[in-house]
Amino acid sequence: MTSEVFNVYIAVLIATIFGFVLVGSALIGNLILSPRQKSPHKGVTYECGMLPIGRSRAQVHFRYYLFAILFLIFDIEAVFLFPWAVSFVELGEQAFYEMLVFIGILAFGLLYAWKKGVLNWR
Amino acid sequence: MTYEEALFYVIAAITVAGALGVVTARNVIHSALFLILALLGVAAVYVLLASEFLAIVQVLVYGGAVTILILFAMMLTRVRDIEGPLDGPQRPFAALAATVFLGTTVLAVTQTEWRGETDEATVVTIEQIGEALFSTWAMPFEIASLLLMVALIGAIVLARGEEGE
Amino acid sequence: MAIILSGEWYDLRDLANPIRELIDALGAPDAVDYVLWSLIAALAILIWLVVSVIAFIWIERRLVALMQNRKGPNRVGPAGLLQPIADAIKLLLKEAITTRDADRILFWLAPIIVFIPTIVVFAVVPFGESMVLADLNVGVLFLIAVAGIMTPAVFIAGWSSNNKYALLAAMRAIAMLISYELIQVLALLAAVLFIGSMNLQAFVSWQDEYNTWLIFILPLPVVAYVIAGAVEINRSPMDLSEAESELAAGYHTEYGGIKFGFFYQAEYMAGFAIAATVTTLFLGGWTLWGLEEWIPGWIIFLGKLYAVFFLYIWSRGTLPRLRIDQLMAFAWKFMLPLMLVNALVIAVEVVVWEETGASRNVALPAIGAVNATLAVILVIGWARVLGHGSGLQRGYRATLTREIGKIYYTGAEVS
Repeated sequence: MTSEVFNVYIAVLIATIFGFVLVGSALIGNLILSPRQKSPHKGVTYECGMLPIGRSRAQVHFRYYLFAILFLIFDIEAVFLFPWAVSFVELGEQAFYEMLVFIGILAFGLLYAWKKGVLNWR
Repeated sequence: MTYEEALFYVIAAITVAGALGVVTARNVIHSALFLILALLGVAAVYVLLASEFLAIVQVLVYGGAVTILILFAMMLTRVRDIEGPLDGPQRPFAALAATVFLGTTVLAVTQTEWRGETDEATVVTIEQIGEALFSTWAMPFEIASLLLMVALIGAIVLARGEEGE
Repeated sequence: MAIILSGEWYDLRDLANPIRELIDALGAPDAVDYVLWSLIAALAILIWLVVSVIAFIWIERRLVALMQNRKGPNRVGPAGLLQPIADAIKLLLKEAITTRDADRILFWLAPIIVFIPTIVVFAVVPFGESMVLADLNVGVLFLIAVAGIMTPAVFIAGWSSNNKYALLAAMRAIAMLISYELIQVLALLAAVLFIGSMNLQAFVSWQDEYNTWLIFILPLPVVAYVIAGAVEINRSPMDLSEAESELAAGYHTEYGGIKFGFFYQAEYMAGFAIAATVTTLFLGGWTLWGLEEWIPGWIIFLGKLYAVFFLYIWSRGTLPRLRIDQLMAFAWKFMLPLMLVNALVIAVEVVVWEETGASRNVALPAIGAVNATLAVILVIGWARVLGHGSGLQRGYRATLTREIGKIYYTGAEVS
């Protein structure tokens, strides 16, 4: 099942492994070379000199979630756009209008989000 | 065993380990991060199947966008204080549902008449994907956009309702 | 006009030649040859990256100091040249502190996950005619997808630190990263629409064949990509995920020593990756209108890459930081609609070119002129629609006079 397409990715894999080797050797070098002195005050979370109160697993605002879902939807749209981008000349008019409808529907979604004030970061 | 097979088993092991981590991790954030591992493993399987576009989409949409969505959704809730088992008395029902799902999947995989060669990966170019998407599958494609829009509007309506309270 | 290299080992216009010659001399089977070639090439890229980062830490600090009327590092070695090396040694020798409440494994994992993608990206970048580690058919999307893995890593860093500043900064950084990742994808889409391929070498050869750079034809996507890139690498004026005055040091507040070093270096390498993308897709890559016959392609490529990277140094030295609401609104309200419209316009242009069958000498300048005009009209028009037209924003313009440093305020009062 050897294929040309797959073989190229071996090189990508090798680059990834090299990255891990570089990071690993630096970390090991750090472990060997660095001094270690345990002190209870060292492990305190930095909060500009104040002692931290409570744990930091704070609940965040939902606008983050809305931006994440906006991103997800438009990311999928963009991903659909790429196969169209490389073949729309051969596919002719029909494909162009199909894509216009596709973008139009999602643009409506963006417009809705805009009108509802979701895009305002407060 | 060819080296592709060996690679496949390594990738499959990583993917399954990631999936196991999702269900066994005590901390939900850890579960979500194990999910990234599993999804990236699936992307690697796509590469083995010579479907590079699908692999890239898997990394881009699932590795980037979906996991961020899940993580943000978790940060919305107050899950941080849950220690101990996350499942409760529903355990037997969950086991039943999982078994039924597994059985259905196995049946579907073994009973389906797979078309084309299975010995060799079929290389599908991105142009072919584009052609199929905009001629044969044009209608599902448009419906997908409607679905996405509905998801967006639903999320906004839910979030606005929450804000009003 | 493809270049015909002599292909001898001493033909250093393409550094791949001596390596291939060396491997061929071993007479090993093809598979071993390929793996060996990949190993050497990956090592070469890695060494180049590390050396470049070390060099640019010094160059950037000196340049920004020059812009801001300071001296910059000038003590260690001649003109402070050894400063980055001293810094690296210092980071390596520092104790690796993990805070008490941190999630230990994830805390150590985060800098690694941030660092790896920045190396992997360079696997698809063509440094020369055959100097590309993996010539993928989907190279353009690969660049974005791999860089996107950094986003969850930022979350891991912020969350595992168990630090309120770090968590808030990470959430903020991710919100910005995902917004501008979208802009990057759409900017690259515009280029793919025009070329009709997603292979990076195809981009280079297209620009070589048509004797032009894509930046002249598609000005708006280039600008969008460079701006979005500044967000991705946390560069001023978009560095608000590490706004010292608000969020301590950003999502890596709790990191010190070599772990911090990874974040720091990853930012530089991601910057080089963006510069490499701009160079390859929009600035002709390793070609220079035939000059690549005499000057090695990789020198041309690196020259362009460093020139693009200089833009980021320049902006860091001169521009003040933006606010997060401005930045998010800019992505979603300004750039996103513009990029969508731009993509459709480019599609129409390609179809029209195809149907009229105009010669390239007519078509390319015409399309370039139309796109440049359109970019200006769209940017100014859309800004007016959103209420950011002229007048309101002008306000005070401070002029620092040379003699006494007195500040004059010119222009209209802010209403």
